[in-house]
Amino acid sequence: MNDRVDSLRLRPAGRRRGVVRDTCITLSHGSGGKAMRDLIDDVFVAAFDNRMLSTLEDQARLPIRELGGAACRLAFTTDSYVVDPLFFPGGDIGMLAVNGTVNDLAVGGARPLYLSCAMILEEGLDVAVLRRVVRSMADAAERAGVAIVTGDTKVVPRGAADKLFINTTGIGVIDEGIDVGVQRAQLGDAVIVNGTLGDHGATILAARGDLALEAEIASDCAPLHSLVRTMLGASADIHCLRDATRGGVATVVNEIAQSSGVCIRLDEARLPVREPVAGLCELLGLDPLYMANEGKLVAIVPREAATRVLAAMQGDPFGSDARIIGEVVDGPAGLVTMATVLGGERIVDMLVGEQLPRIC
Amino acid sequence: MKYVDEFRDPVKARALADRIRTAVKRMEICRHRPLQVMEVCGGHTHSIFKYGIERMLPPEIELIHGPGCPVCVLPMGRVDDCVALAEKPNVIFTTFGDAMRVPGSRKSLLQAKAGGADVRMVYSPTDALAIARANPAKEVVFFALGFETTMPSTALSILQAEREGIGNFSVFCNHITIIPTIKAILDSPELTLDGFLGPGHVSMVIGTAPYEFIARRYAKPIVISGFEPLDILQSLWMLVRQLEEGRCEVENQYQRIVAAGGNVPALTAVATVYELREFFEWRGLGSIDHSGVRIRERYARFDAERRFAVRNVVIADPKACQCGEVLKGAIKPWECKVFGRACTPETPLGALMVSSEGACAAAYSYGGVEIARLRVARSGDAVRA
Repeated sequence: MNDRVDSLRLRPAGRRRGVVRDTCITLSHGSGGKAMRDLIDDVFVAAFDNRMLSTLEDQARLPIRELGGAACRLAFTTDSYVVDPLFFPGGDIGMLAVNGTVNDLAVGGARPLYLSCAMILEEGLDVAVLRRVVRSMADAAERAGVAIVTGDTKVVPRGAADKLFINTTGIGVIDEGIDVGVQRAQLGDAVIVNGTLGDHGATILAARGDLALEAEIASDCAPLHSLVRTMLGASADIHCLRDATRGGVATVVNEIAQSSGVCIRLDEARLPVREPVAGLCELLGLDPLYMANEGKLVAIVPREAATRVLAAMQGDPFGSDARIIGEVVDGPAGLVTMATVLGGERIVDMLVGEQLPRIC
Repeated sequence: MKYVDEFRDPVKARALADRIRTAVKRMEICRHRPLQVMEVCGGHTHSIFKYGIERMLPPEIELIHGPGCPVCVLPMGRVDDCVALAEKPNVIFTTFGDAMRVPGSRKSLLQAKAGGADVRMVYSPTDALAIARANPAKEVVFFALGFETTMPSTALSILQAEREGIGNFSVFCNHITIIPTIKAILDSPELTLDGFLGPGHVSMVIGTAPYEFIARRYAKPIVISGFEPLDILQSLWMLVRQLEEGRCEVENQYQRIVAAGGNVPALTAVATVYELREFFEWRGLGSIDHSGVRIRERYARFDAERRFAVRNVVIADPKACQCGEVLKGAIKPWECKVFGRACTPETPLGALMVSSEGACAAAYSYGGVEIARLRVARSGDAVRA
């Protein structure tokens, strides 16, 4: 944990902390009364452990000086998490809710600083499940060096939500001189991914259990801010960065091609896909290029910086399998194509409809 | 990936394409016109576009993309019947995922689900049966569609439901059968086809004998083919050899899956549960005699059509669509007036744009750079229109 977060550590509070004795969530835990106060104290404040939250004001108060000088920019993002099942190999909804928002900040070139956490709980939820999710959020926040400084809890009647949903909002700072943007891809740029495609989507599919398939796969859920910092250290002139969540790498690359008005060609033979993920996709007629990731980004990097950035990525724990998968070429604007293993070339389209619902 | 990558080997693929090229250059007929080969099965169409196989072939071979995509050829009226069933108050309507987006005249199953109907995606009819067991107070209807490939699993689930005495399970049967359809194509007066790639998974069930009439009565060669790029190229090579040597036979390239006698337990289940319909309506092709099956009287209680008095709505195909001409090989998908304009995978007008196994959707989604340019140009047309 960094110094900034450490300085927020919980000081002895002036009042006694509440304790939850119930084993499952009832409507009273969202009523605004004592049961709700006990839940916030015992589950959230205890786990997230920082002074901004523990004072239980209606808002977190963030010191301006931490946000950097006037030439810096604030990055601000929000995301909701509804993944089913709540726990899956490689992660859970809590870890996802922290890493997902951290990554949305990171791919803007921002240093993630603060998160909010709003939860919608279904009446009847096991308190032990909630504690496990919140613990996981706290651990993920610590690993990412962010503080969860404000929050909200609502309880809805049984059936009005499925177990629990989380929204996290994040604030980070983009330092002077960094300008990554989806409209900046240029002819000759290299397309880089930081590792294997489709691990998260395939894991969720297998974890649902309705296919009775067993596969040795785990979600790639991970925070990418330190990888991004390493990459920007290797070259501050990275043109575009996007995390390839829903819709997968194919969708992100299409968004970049359209926003930048360029043609991007991927090389099928270079796409990194784990064997069990490839097998599962083959069996079900899915394409790993469109499968969700939770720890993967696509970077568009000027040709002359590509080798340097790639080498830096490969030295990072979340980029060891990084590779160049394509380039920006001369062709129709807004189009993505793929050189196939058989030597042909074909369109790589945006996804029409969902491959799978509720993956994140 | 083992047992898959071997069938996508680029070196072997190029070697096969070279052999095909050398063979057709020797053939007298190719001096006047290209050989026309129809792949009957939508799975082949998908592979051909996905792997860019047409671009590996010499101009002397023209692939005609046949009617073998069961989702595509499902008439709009049947989708309306599905929606009506799904919207009944006590019904859980179960379906394969790719049928959810098929447009009906009012809405798709996906839209019906959003509107409150209990529509659930399943991977097999046994999943639907499990839902029926778990929800005894509900009526669970399974939307059965597909050729002989999926017919046996539906039949077996009906037999299972009977054995277990499950009273709340029924099947909306839209299974179709391939042989009468091939025959209808062969009887078409404007037919110019030289041969067929036969469907691999259908043949796994029915075997090779049912195709004999194609070789004997119509004097056309057919090669039953697998679905990987090397399967398709090898099958084309075998077909070209037959044409070069003047043979008309049923050959089986997909021997690792297809036994000559088919799958006997599967065929027994099919014969037990279904009988042929007089005719069945195909989207894009019209009515074809004996091309569909229905559930026999003995299993009437598992037949959703009888159980819920389904209306059998008939809706004409949109006039602007040229699906029939594409299916017969008269025009290419992109030569259709509405391709990429009014008709796209997001808003399909015609049958062949509905599923990724349809020729138009496959061409649209997996076409080469020239299709991409056409798409860009035509999408502008749609905006201006």
